[in-house]
Amino acid sequence: MIRAKIYHGLFYFYVALVFVFVFLPILTSFVFSFNSERFPTIPLGHFTLHWYTLAFTDADVWDAFKVSLIVSLSVAFIATFLGFCTAYTDYRYNFFGKSAYLALSLLPPTIPLVIMGLAMLALLARIGMSGKIISIIVSHVVLCSPFAMAIVRMRLAQIDPNLESAAWNLGASQWRTMREVIVPFCAPALISAFCLTAAVSFDEFAVAWFVSGLNKTVPVIILEILQGNTDPRINAIGSVVFVTSITLIILAQIIYMRKSTRKTLTGF
Amino acid sequence: MPTNHTQPLVLFDRVTKRFGSTTAVDSISLQIFEGEFLSIMGPSGCGKTTTLRMLAGLEEPSEGEIQLAGERINNVTVSERDTPMVWQSLALFPFLNVIKNVEFGLKMRGVSTIERRRRALDWLERLEIVDFADREISQLSGGQQQRVALARSLVTEPRILLLDEPLSALDANLVVRMQGVLTKLQKELGITFVYVTHRQSEAFAMSDRVVIMNQGRIEQIDSAKGIYRNPATRFVAEFVGANNILSGTVIAADRLIEVDTPAGRFKCVESSDHIWSIGDTTSLVISADLIRLSTSAVNDENEMECRFISEEFVGSIVTVLAETPDGADFRIQLQQRELSELDLKVGATVYVRWDSHDAHLLRDTN
Repeated sequence: MIRAKIYHGLFYFYVALVFVFVFLPILTSFVFSFNSERFPTIPLGHFTLHWYTLAFTDADVWDAFKVSLIVSLSVAFIATFLGFCTAYTDYRYNFFGKSAYLALSLLPPTIPLVIMGLAMLALLARIGMSGKIISIIVSHVVLCSPFAMAIVRMRLAQIDPNLESAAWNLGASQWRTMREVIVPFCAPALISAFCLTAAVSFDEFAVAWFVSGLNKTVPVIILEILQGNTDPRINAIGSVVFVTSITLIILAQIIYMRKSTRKTLTGF
Repeated sequence: MPTNHTQPLVLFDRVTKRFGSTTAVDSISLQIFEGEFLSIMGPSGCGKTTTLRMLAGLEEPSEGEIQLAGERINNVTVSERDTPMVWQSLALFPFLNVIKNVEFGLKMRGVSTIERRRRALDWLERLEIVDFADREISQLSGGQQQRVALARSLVTEPRILLLDEPLSALDANLVVRMQGVLTKLQKELGITFVYVTHRQSEAFAMSDRVVIMNQGRIEQIDSAKGIYRNPATRFVAEFVGANNILSGTVIAADRLIEVDTPAGRFKCVESSDHIWSIGDTTSLVISADLIRLSTSAVNDENEMECRFISEEFVGSIVTVLAETPDGADFRIQLQQRELSELDLKVGATVYVRWDSHDAHLLRDTN
């Protein structure tokens, strides 16, 4: 009994340590982004928004945010669409080589980012598409679609297999059924896939660094500033990026959880 | 009862359905008439659901022809057939509320918004769920969801309604109530109901005719009473009700047919026009509720000495299990009151007897 309690306590301590390890650097960067001192040292100086002002008066930083926004929104649209199509194909059809098809479509996130970035650069350069915004979009779509597919696939696993047949039976054509039944049923998953892929793309550094050329995204410009010297502007930009991504991810989670639990327990 | 016997609404003409190497439905022929309540009953895997799905267009027959109102429909797609179905899982659209679910079929047919709302409300009213029109499906009880499913299928006013074990998820007393709702609805509307179930009580309580299927084939088509009293095959005799089956050989085929079985010799008045001859192998079927039980011999024609084994109490009816002279099981159904008057001990000798008119001979012997 007591031993179990000790193990329990130890386990909680271990989990807490993991969280501290992950979040401490982010928190530090957050705190120092509001600190007046040039160097991240203790004791802290006074509270200031100076570094934010400095960062966002820089035209390069603004451009990077603009590129990141265009890229992440486009990626979110395309990846969610592709992910949905792949997941639906998997749900609806059985065909020769289906497991290979599935493995292939879920493969990209398992490839190390540096290798992926390099490969993308090699390919895009060869076909004359490197260094453009479209090259970042293409690369990120490859990277993000599997996430979208996984989320939609999870949702489709909850569908009553008769739901489509029921719509046909009531006079809906196959396309109409897709529009009136499958898409509404998957709506929570589609919204959350959109948020998640937008966040992944917004955050992604390695691949973007290889293929972006002069169209730098936010993570790329951060590295660029960092290479020059220790500049507290990094803390400011980093904090904005972190808040954006975490908001998108939490949003994705909330939308998926709320909508799908409220409306799935039916049909029995 | 069927109103128009000349022109069936649905015709299955030697229809076969194969899935890979298994044959789900094996060359069945069946006529379904306008305005009749027809049940298809059988154990799981007998092909009853496949038959219904072929009628709805969800499966394509491998062989044979299906006609609806005189037209061949083998190649008509699901959405173009007017054969709405009530699903075992109900398959209501979880993202639409009650009224929108009911309106769905009308929306697909391009009925205007105002018109379809009016017609959907009519049906909700008729099924006594109009108060729930704006509720989410998940907020309804099983019985209410059932009514929504019915309204959704009937709103387009079809000539035929298909029902695939729609009551199997409900608890027992609700099943009886929904049976009442269904029969009343079918009588009022006068449309054809095709009802698939594995439960005898549902099929017998509601249907004009019952189709018994086994291993992809039709064993018998008859009224509930006909199937209960005159099973056509050994399968039907075993599947339906509590029948006692004694195999034997015909030893006298006169006005009375006498059969020699390991349990004794019994006489039977055969009602069918089959001509029996001496030496035919046959099975004698005696329904458990037509047997009398006593503690002393009456020396009747069809009497057998048995050993009392046990009793199974189900409400006012008791099923008595006895052992025949050759060691087989024999079931007798009687009123609880009658049994307690006899005051039987396990192992006691009892006499069972039945009228020659109440026994029935089966032609097949396998």
